[in-house]
Amino acid sequence: MAHDDAHPDDPHHAHSHLPPDPALRVKALETILTRRGLVDPAALDEIIDIYQNKIGPQNGARVVAKAWSDPAFKAALLEDADTVLREMDIYGRQGEHMVVVENTPETHNMVVCTLCSCYPWPVLGIPPAWYKSDAYRARAVREPRKVLADFGVTLVEGTKVRVWDSTAEVRYLVLPMRPAGTEDLDEDALAALVSRDSMVGTALVAAPEAAT
Amino acid sequence: MSRVHDMGGRFGDGPVEVDAADAPVFKEDWHGRALALTLASAALGKWNIDTSRHARERLAPQDYSRFSYYEKWIAGATDLLVETGVLTPEDLDTPEAEAPRHELADRALTPERVARVLSAGGPADRTCDVVKMFKPGDKVRTLAKAGNRFVDGGHTRLPSYAAGAVGEVVRFHGTHVFPDRSAHGLGEAPEPLYAVAFAASDLWVVAEDDGDEVILDLWQSYLEPAP
Repeated sequence: MAHDDAHPDDPHHAHSHLPPDPALRVKALETILTRRGLVDPAALDEIIDIYQNKIGPQNGARVVAKAWSDPAFKAALLEDADTVLREMDIYGRQGEHMVVVENTPETHNMVVCTLCSCYPWPVLGIPPAWYKSDAYRARAVREPRKVLADFGVTLVEGTKVRVWDSTAEVRYLVLPMRPAGTEDLDEDALAALVSRDSMVGTALVAAPEAAT
Repeated sequence: MSRVHDMGGRFGDGPVEVDAADAPVFKEDWHGRALALTLASAALGKWNIDTSRHARERLAPQDYSRFSYYEKWIAGATDLLVETGVLTPEDLDTPEAEAPRHELADRALTPERVARVLSAGGPADRTCDVVKMFKPGDKVRTLAKAGNRFVDGGHTRLPSYAAGAVGEVVRFHGTHVFPDRSAHGLGEAPEPLYAVAFAASDLWVVAEDDGDEVILDLWQSYLEPAP
């Protein structure tokens, strides 16, 4: 085997030289890198600000609401999501290759990454803790219906489940079903109904009470 | 042959603990800091995304299991910084020590570049001349044993649960960088990538519903024609 030394399985990895407490560990590494000019703390602030305040599920919700409102847009989105999302200026790290999958009365889609926690950042932001948990990663592929029950979701009998395990650099967005009673809502009102979890496939979109 | 991260289908993890819909993006301040430090370290250009995934996967199983998500990230980044010679273990032992400007400091991510770097992303599709063997509708079988064929114990993206299974190609994604090589400095070696659907009943001893499917994105090297 070539390059056998490229992955030393040393139980005493370098990281064990840092303090064990995670907050102190991160602080120590930031100090070390900053002192050598390798990291600019202001750049870290900027990264955090972008993912905390600018990129999040509101992006995906805008896409879903538009797809519900505009059949031609929806057809184009399902056919070639990359082109359509770029036209909406939705693109970037962990969303370079996008596929949108549509929930129907026959098929419910849900997304997981069993090997790590791949997630479509430009449309949904940073994944929630549950998406990164061992329980979700381990169970979503084998018992998706029991996992859905953990979220309080029960599918209509006869619905088939398709679980997408994100094993490559392709990222998946679920297009949830549009709830009944929303015919009069505009795109902004529709977008407000669309939850993050519904775009991962672990929630359904409920009808607004006032519209029913 | 598997590593601890390869947990698809595993028993015993209990219910999924669902966070509140309005939970903060970063539950602790250090979570955001760890994510940002990892991205800023990667921006030094000493490794790629496959290398960094593998760095987290080859944490000792006991570390991988007890570390929270962002602890894995920071441990993986630290290990890579030392393995690529950017830092030494002694540097890590003395965080407060004075240090000269690093020879890679010119590559440090500046605040002005952050938005551009994040929105530029890092596409994985490449042109290649590997002949495409499959098309949607074709039956394929995955490798009987999941595992890296170039570096024993190396990075691979065929999960153990889907090894040796027969499925159907449902989508061609184009030609993408091959992680089994890319993670180990063996070139990008792009090749065709497909979405392949497997019947749940072909993957699990007990499937929840015979009509259910699991779909994985798999490189051509993981696949052979199935009758």
